[in-house]
Amino acid sequence: MRPSHHWLLALLFAAALLAACGQQPAAPPTTAPAAEQPTAAPATAAPSPAAPVATPAATTSAPGEYVFGMVLVGPINDGGWNQAHFEGARYVETKVPGTRLIYIDKVNPADRPNVQVEQAIEELISQGAKFIITNSAEFADGTNIAAEAHPDVYFLHASGDAVLRGVAPPNVTNLMGRMEYGKMMAGCAAALQSEAGKIAYLGPLIDPETRRLVNSTYLGAKYCWETYRGKPADSLAFKVTWIGFWFNIPGVTLDPTRVATDFINEGYDVIISGIDTTEGIVEANKASQAGKTVWAAPYDYREACAQGEAVCLGVPFFNWGPRYAEIIADARAGKFTPQWEWIGPDWSDINNPETSMIGFVKGPALTAENAATLDEFIGKLADGSLNLFTGPLNYQDGTVFVPAGQVADDKTIWYTEQLLEGIEGQSAP
Amino acid sequence: MQSTEINRPREPQQQPAMHQWFETLRLPLLTLTGALALTSLALLSTGVSPLQAYRILLFGAFSSPGRSSDMIMLAAPLLLCATGLILTFRTGLYNLGVEGQLALGAVAAMLPLRLLPDLPAPLLWTLCFACAATGGALWALLAAGLRLYAGVSEIFAGLGLNFLASGLALYLVLGPWRRSGSASMSGTELLPRDLWLPTINTLRLAPLAPIIAIAALAIVWWVVRRTRWGLELRAVGLNPGAADRLGVPAHRRIAQAMAACGFLAGMAGAIQILGVFHQLIPNISSGVGLLGLLVALLVRADPRWVLPVSVVFASFTVGSVQLPLALGVDSSIAGVLQGALVLFALLARGLLARPG
Repeated sequence: MRPSHHWLLALLFAAALLAACGQQPAAPPTTAPAAEQPTAAPATAAPSPAAPVATPAATTSAPGEYVFGMVLVGPINDGGWNQAHFEGARYVETKVPGTRLIYIDKVNPADRPNVQVEQAIEELISQGAKFIITNSAEFADGTNIAAEAHPDVYFLHASGDAVLRGVAPPNVTNLMGRMEYGKMMAGCAAALQSEAGKIAYLGPLIDPETRRLVNSTYLGAKYCWETYRGKPADSLAFKVTWIGFWFNIPGVTLDPTRVATDFINEGYDVIISGIDTTEGIVEANKASQAGKTVWAAPYDYREACAQGEAVCLGVPFFNWGPRYAEIIADARAGKFTPQWEWIGPDWSDINNPETSMIGFVKGPALTAENAATLDEFIGKLADGSLNLFTGPLNYQDGTVFVPAGQVADDKTIWYTEQLLEGIEGQSAP
Repeated sequence: MQSTEINRPREPQQQPAMHQWFETLRLPLLTLTGALALTSLALLSTGVSPLQAYRILLFGAFSSPGRSSDMIMLAAPLLLCATGLILTFRTGLYNLGVEGQLALGAVAAMLPLRLLPDLPAPLLWTLCFACAATGGALWALLAAGLRLYAGVSEIFAGLGLNFLASGLALYLVLGPWRRSGSASMSGTELLPRDLWLPTINTLRLAPLAPIIAIAALAIVWWVVRRTRWGLELRAVGLNPGAADRLGVPAHRRIAQAMAACGFLAGMAGAIQILGVFHQLIPNISSGVGLLGLLVALLVRADPRWVLPVSVVFASFTVGSVQLPLALGVDSSIAGVLQGALVLFALLARGLLARPG
């Protein structure tokens, strides 16, 4: 063996082994107890990566047991989107007796390069799953393909719209929360607290969902900036930077940590997160500890403020559990109805864990005065006296989104084609 | 790797029968023992029974028709890459650029799909494979050119070109070829169903893929064993200077071996597009090229073993998908086992090659 090649071979192995060992979750660990590794999850105990938790190989559904599976795009402990789904599934286990969750997380080309969503679904079905939840927009095609191949299994594609578009097999249903309201609250909180009048939005990839959420944030911020701060809309800077995916994939997406620090260095004093993970609040917290004045609004997961209590203005979150429980109980009883559902908060108590699909937990960093103002704003949204999707609203390129005097309907909002006038950032029409 | 060792003729007839068996078996035995010991250690450290894990890794891919077809659809591009690497290894080249050649082949395969989507499907597939093979070959020639005319080792040229190729795929997915109305790293629009390689319903198995891969292996096998060209590659691999002086155009053979490997890797890229992912994704190679390098290293570029080892490696990877569900252990253990096998094969060869 030529000496120079020893090194190269060693390098090759190091690379191969590293690749094999997979990548760490993009997010820092959260305080919530969660397994590091994907595991089959028993109904009664918390998952522990150290112990095998299911009888291997055999199709393991006990008589009378209803096994449901979940395919997640990111790790179950990401402190955001995926953790919210995972806890929603756990909620089902506690509310619908006899159900048991099995799941595969991190189904994405970086963490599992050779696993497609159809394959993950097959594995869950072969382990006895009768109902499958897929939780990412990227899973739309794969969910439909798997559903066609398994007409006896029910599917819920969260955040999808295949039923609305009429392309879903009859055993697929769609569910999404009206996070638009949550984002308006986050935008309002940001506008109330910002000293610089500069709000930054840490965006994931660009699609109709992410565009309408950025627009909602902006509308909330603009309204509160004008109404409660008494300042003109054009004195509010609102910028979005897209990283390219739902979370950091080194070498593929922009690094959200880097994007967040850039925001701070450019003088933005509120970072609103639209990605699955918590880099926005983590970096804001670091900058704050270093003496800068900066706040953050994380996203998706109820407990996300825990990543930086001192800078957290509040978190708009999804509460998937209650509706998941109803849909799965119905499916089990043979009453599955495919539909495209877009569910808003329970306005009588938006943070009620038993009833509200969308909530907003105010963060410790929001001043008492601003918290009171935000409550007033939420009150207006709740009683319907304020609808921010009222025209005139223009897209970035000047074309009309909602004409003057009209209110946008659900489909117009769902399929938002561009960012709104006044937002700095790419629309990718 | 010492190239002379690869093809050292064996002379077993001089030894007694028992000793001869031992001679033949001690290398695989040492390799297996070492690799299993290391992997078992990793498994035991997470509290998992190694036996159960091995059962899933070895046989999991054969436990259902769906899994078996997934295994075949992974083994096909893997086999193509490993087959191409037979040629470069014999020529004494470390073609680490095989990942990039696969990725560029995949990008090239997208060209006819995007430009001429209305052609009859069989013609379109032929064009895709032709473009992919050409793209892969040209990308490999670039690495060969850097080695021959700029003195850059093909290893580093290949690594650099890998980054470039995946950067190009990324740019296309996010830029010009993005889905209308969105910009996401998740991939281009899914191909219409009638442009997928004919796929057996519910199985995700496109029979053309393994057929192409096995045909490629048969041709390469014949070429390295039965043709003068194949012999000349070996001569260049043993000693390029001497081969040159004896009338073998060493530079040309190096370029040809690289191009042929890139050609096959490019075909693997076309399979990833038409048969596996049905779209261009940033990580279109999904590590198949690297895995192919491990296969080629393990079998020392011997065409007899490329098919079985590719199948075994693909089985590990596909079987490992069940590990998290069945045993609560991460599926990356398959990669540990694959890497450990190659590592111990090299170690064992090194130890056994020592005099005394």
